[in-house]
Amino acid sequence: MRKSISATTHLAITLVWILVALYLIFYYAPQEATMGEVQRIFYAHVPSAWTAFLAYFMVFLASIAYLWKRTRIADDLAYSCAEVGFVFCTCVLVTGPLWAKPVWGIWWTWDARLTSTFVLWLLFISYLMLRSYVLNPGRAAVLGAVVGILGFVDVPIVYMSIRWWRTQHPQPVIAGGEGSGLDPKMWVTLLVSWGACLCLFAYLVRQRLWLAEARRELTLMRRELSARTESSA
Amino acid sequence: MRNLKVIWTIFAKDLRVEWRHRETLASMSVFGILVVFLFNFAFEPAREETLRLLPGLLWIAFAFAGILGFNRSFAAERENACLEGLSLAPIDPGAIYLGKMLANLFFLLIAEAVVVFAASLWYNFSFLPSLRWFGLITFLGTLGYVAVGTIFGAVSANTRMREVMLPVLQFPVAVPVFIGGIEATTGALRGEPFRDYATWVNLLAGFSVVFLVLSYLLFEYVLEE
Repeated sequence: MRKSISATTHLAITLVWILVALYLIFYYAPQEATMGEVQRIFYAHVPSAWTAFLAYFMVFLASIAYLWKRTRIADDLAYSCAEVGFVFCTCVLVTGPLWAKPVWGIWWTWDARLTSTFVLWLLFISYLMLRSYVLNPGRAAVLGAVVGILGFVDVPIVYMSIRWWRTQHPQPVIAGGEGSGLDPKMWVTLLVSWGACLCLFAYLVRQRLWLAEARRELTLMRRELSARTESSA
Repeated sequence: MRNLKVIWTIFAKDLRVEWRHRETLASMSVFGILVVFLFNFAFEPAREETLRLLPGLLWIAFAFAGILGFNRSFAAERENACLEGLSLAPIDPGAIYLGKMLANLFFLLIAEAVVVFAASLWYNFSFLPSLRWFGLITFLGTLGYVAVGTIFGAVSANTRMREVMLPVLQFPVAVPVFIGGIEATTGALRGEPFRDYATWVNLLAGFSVVFLVLSYLLFEYVLEE
């Protein structure tokens, strides 16, 4: 498969995009009315969340593709998106409380969005744990695909059920929503930041795919080597 | 129709095996009772507090009892290569899933009955006035929980750390069952009209349907070598 751009170029584009996003975040975007400077963490927090959910969606699609076609690339893609998505999800859960504490005085609350994101984080963990604890790699791929599908179908159900739960037991709502009352300059900054996030996600997944391929080659070489030493011994 | 016969055969087999030793049922019930017992030290069972905390307590006890059951359900199949035998048989793998699921459901419902009995004794709380609705809610919630637990039990049986893997897989996915179960149980035990907590019962029913169907379809992949 001919790669469209080299990894180095991709990395360079990613870094430039991140720098542009950082400039927008700190110099272009206006200061938020009530929250002050700390609000700028929003431009790292929200794109990471969107990317994490997108990553899990890709795990879902790749899992279906793997069960259907049994291609190696589908399995590698599922595993890679899960690993990288997990990192982004962790970023969301770290930047969120860092933002919440100075602004609203609390580290955490169990509202629909936060709880669902935490459940997503747990789903990533369970997927990754399963993949590493299954003894046979072929089985790991199939079982991972099953778990990926079941987990993804659960995400909207979890979100809705917590939303309903919270309408029964309301608590101070953390924010009107990412998009509520955003200045157009903020929208631009947010979208550019998301672009940078996606570019980084694609780069990391790409490298992780390369790593999977390299590991496979290494295993083959080792096998060949031990077979040769056995036959010559 | 052949599928129904297969499902029944597997269900009956699991029951028969269990009847010989009664280990799983005993351990599930005892564990559930122990959870209820430990909670006694967490709060003083005055009436209003009991109503507030009992549903959560019950569902946590059900959750842990269930985990024990699911672990045992597929661990037992690993001896004497029973699972390989099952997957070699010319039967629909989905039927194996449903047979196992029904057996797990049966055992968990019995263990839950024991837990509820112990809770009503220790917290001086009668479930009889709301028994009909409470029974329906518990059944639907358990059904959804077992639907997911059976397939995840089969998945974890393939791993190195199966006892740990099952709860890690199960609990995040089963969150809607807990929310729905606890909310609906609270409504039922307080004697509220059904209309007030019907959403939660619908959630439990919907969850069960979705995951029964999905697990039925995906089970063949879990069984394959």
